Amino acid sequence: MEVFKTKSPEETEQLAEKLGKRLACGDIILLFGDLGAGKTTFVKGLARGLGVPEDYYVQSPTFAIINEYPGRIPLYHVDLYRLEPEDVYDLGLEELAEQGVLVIEWSERLPFSFDKAIKVYFEILDAQERKIIIDIDI
Amino acid sequence: MIILAIETSCDETACAILKDGRYLLANLVASQEELHRRYGGIVPELASRKHMEIILPITEEALKKANVSLENIDAVCVTNGPGLIGSLVIGVSFAKALAYGQKIPLIACDHINAHILAVFLEKERPPFPFVALVVSGGHTALFWVKDYLEFYLLGQTRDDAAGEAFDKVAKLLGLGYPGGRIISRLAEEGNPDLIPLPRPMLDKPGFDFSFSGLKTAVVNYVNDLKQKGLSIPLHDLCAAFEKAVVEVLKEKALAALSATNCQHLVLAGGVAANKRLRETLKQEAQKKNFRLYLPSPEFCTDNAAMVAVCGYRKYLRGEFASLDLDVYARATFKKLSL
Repeated sequence: MEVFKTKSPEETEQLAEKLGKRLACGDIILLFGDLGAGKTTFVKGLARGLGVPEDYYVQSPTFAIINEYPGRIPLYHVDLYRLEPEDVYDLGLEELAEQGVLVIEWSERLPFSFDKAIKVYFEILDAQERKIIIDIDI
Repeated sequence: MIILAIETSCDETACAILKDGRYLLANLVASQEELHRRYGGIVPELASRKHMEIILPITEEALKKANVSLENIDAVCVTNGPGLIGSLVIGVSFAKALAYGQKIPLIACDHINAHILAVFLEKERPPFPFVALVVSGGHTALFWVKDYLEFYLLGQTRDDAAGEAFDKVAKLLGLGYPGGRIISRLAEEGNPDLIPLPRPMLDKPGFDFSFSGLKTAVVNYVNDLKQKGLSIPLHDLCAAFEKAVVEVLKEKALAALSATNCQHLVLAGGVAANKRLRETLKQEAQKKNFRLYLPSPEFCTDNAAMVAVCGYRKYLRGEFASLDLDVYARATFKKLSL
């Protein structure tokens, strides 16, 4: 488990980009944290690290539930914000994870757990500063 | 020539019947608002189940209202994206069955294209080319519209859509669903100039938007007051937030008009029903000397009449879909670089 402090959205993105560079197909990243804590910003960084083109915007998937981005490995960006836990079963998350990197916002709402996942916790310290804890299952 | 249109891309089940591209014989929308209010947002699985229940009765009701029978329908058109996959599939499957059963053409419509064309349901119609500002729960974008079915992306949101920012701020403030309308109502009694909030992207060139940072600014403001044990000035905060969103939309739209050397601005999408946005743009239109086209609120929020307009244009060009028509969640637009 590693604890980071970022002082701006840019730093959060850079931290995630480093992680993104090391990801492989099948990796699952679970994000936990409040509104405005930096989850979507973190996914932007992951996307850059995975080689998703700059002009391909990582938009919030709250509306569409699942966004897919073309990188060196496909990135599946899921948001459970609007879902009830029982609805999550219908998304076929395990299948998505087999085809690329799966990152899930609002993982608090997952009704089941994955055998192996990278858990990232976000905490708002002040207007700019965020505490980010990255916990990797081995 | 009579066209029947189906729209199920999100949480409204809608059916419309349009004659000769301009006479709206029926326009019905069954809102799922009541259902989703309990959950504070749309629940996709519930939404698609509800579409399934409503789609047949609403189509029968539309035919009755239009006083036509299925035999009078010349083509059926349907939204096949972007939207929630589970919801889109219901409308598309229904439309396919109807087209196959009646042996009439099936037409696929893009939801955003339909929003842009909603203005053609009004008496006052813009000439081409025009600039369209599409603002809804899932989209915030500016387009240069060359023709009915040909439009180019000038800029879009890099993170949250404007409507989504409204919904999330409403949820944060514990205001319930649908957030946009509740915030606007509270904002009417507030002073928009007491709480300083950022105007994201206005310091940057181009026509992209970003509303995630604005949402975070509201989070920070609320957290700060909570830590100090102070109460939140709800009306003023809603007013300040709404003003910030509207100003960014206005400024980028004006910049798009000037960059494309265009004098016609069309407003579209669910957030286009927002009073403050409409009033602000009306004032600007008078000041800056451009023409503003505002579809009535019923044509701004999701509806099938706009899909029928889009379908009619495709019908005229013979752009029909086959019965293996697929749905898509995310839009891809042709870009225009200025």
